[in-house]
Amino acid sequence: MGDVETFRKGEIALRDLSKSFQIGGRSLRVLRNLNLDIRSGECLAIVGASGSGKTTLLRILAGLEAADAGKVVIDDQPVRGVGNERAVIFQEPRLLPWQTVLENVAFGLEVRGGHARHANERARHYLSLVGLADFADAYPKQLSGGMAQRVGIARALTVQPEILLLDEPFGALDAMTKLTMQEELERIWRDENVTMVLVTHDLEEAVYLADRVLVLPKNRDGNPKIIEIDLARPRDRSEAGFVQYRKDLLREFGLH
Amino acid sequence: MSLQDVDRSILANGGSDGVKAEEYLQRAGARLRHWLSRYGLLAAFLVFWQAASSGGWINSAVFPPIDAILSSMWRGVFGGALLDDIAISLQRSGLAFVAAVLVAIPLGLFMGQVRPIEQALDPILQLFRQTSALALYPVFILLLGLGEASKVFVIFWATLFPLLLNTISGVKEVDSKLIEMARVYGASRPTVFRRVVLPGAIPSIFVGLRLSATTALLLLIASEMIGANKGVGFQVMNAQYNFQIPLMFAAIFILAGLGLIANYALVFAQRRLCRWSDVSI
Repeated sequence: MGDVETFRKGEIALRDLSKSFQIGGRSLRVLRNLNLDIRSGECLAIVGASGSGKTTLLRILAGLEAADAGKVVIDDQPVRGVGNERAVIFQEPRLLPWQTVLENVAFGLEVRGGHARHANERARHYLSLVGLADFADAYPKQLSGGMAQRVGIARALTVQPEILLLDEPFGALDAMTKLTMQEELERIWRDENVTMVLVTHDLEEAVYLADRVLVLPKNRDGNPKIIEIDLARPRDRSEAGFVQYRKDLLREFGLH
Repeated sequence: MSLQDVDRSILANGGSDGVKAEEYLQRAGARLRHWLSRYGLLAAFLVFWQAASSGGWINSAVFPPIDAILSSMWRGVFGGALLDDIAISLQRSGLAFVAAVLVAIPLGLFMGQVRPIEQALDPILQLFRQTSALALYPVFILLLGLGEASKVFVIFWATLFPLLLNTISGVKEVDSKLIEMARVYGASRPTVFRRVVLPGAIPSIFVGLRLSATTALLLLIASEMIGANKGVGFQVMNAQYNFQIPLMFAAIFILAGLGLIANYALVFAQRRLCRWSDVSI
């Protein structure tokens, strides 16, 4: 029985999801009858031009926005609003400047009713997992952008979510830091056995991290497309297969 | 062997003592430069005052020398005459300030979070704020009499608004992305308030507290100049009537000192509460 349950953890089904925004009196449709199954433990990347609704989709998954129609089903349960089985990593680290790094990492678990001592213990564990054990007592303003983002990741991992939702998590980092962080994220994803949904505008990041890539159409009447990335891990960015997937994705956007 | 070579060999043989002494001198020099850059102009101003007054360049009946002012202050404070004035003044401004804190901070925290209430009350708050408290003082005297109540109330009135408006804006300016982050972890409204909104608003509340403390002293003097027979502000006017100019300046200096102490105390408290941010004086 236990096996079956762990197998089902972090499975997401989207059914006929639609969402429009009212902008200047006009209705702008960003998602139209979207159906999608996200497998337990997989890494799904969502790419699309700006305005294609990729961030909106992630915010609906996070429970920060409501869909106009359709539903989100997680582990066979329809969900509404935020939930304990999900954690979000934003583009900005969103750390509380008045709390130490450790307090920030423990924040999520404490808010969810974790015992302060227990939360601190677990926070320490995940802080060392992202390589920042020595910075537990530092304040956020003493950290570099990459370090702050690691703290944000540790905070999300500390609540041990089944599903990790990432909204362009490395979009604000410099190129070198970004590559390092992608490698670390892959290692963490494998170790923690968590379902990841990654919104990104970086196609190479999508090919490097994802099992499948969801391409949202540029043109609103088009259909979303799924591309399976069939490459061994850890992936080699210069390998022919990798480069080919990147080319394929670029072509989806009419680029070369 | 040239002279330079001798120098060099002495330096080389001088060992660590020489180096240590040099380092010490350097550090003392740096500290002196720092002190001079910060307080040099103030010291020069006081020295100039003293010299100009005792040298007769300016009318020493209007600007008595600093030493005369200090000795008058010494006599006033330790003879007890000024001590009573300081006590009553502190009581008036302290009462008003505490009352303003007790009203403005909770009210501001509430208003900052409830947009409709804030929007409904904002115009009237702006009107009250722009109406000089001193202009309203006669009204308060009519309502509350010429005693302590009207004095405390006029100070309270003037200190209320900087604190209230800064508390409101502090709450409103808390990063909404942090609030959203807390919501993602399932934080309830009280938790969001306690862990995100309140700590985020504290720097702005302290700006309000410092403005209010300054305003409290300002209004204290004004209110004591009208219909008081005690208080530091009264003493400034009274000493001038009696042509005790050194005493008048002594009272003025005490007021300046009280303002500085209040400000430093608040900066100190803010540094304790907000170790995470840099607080400037």
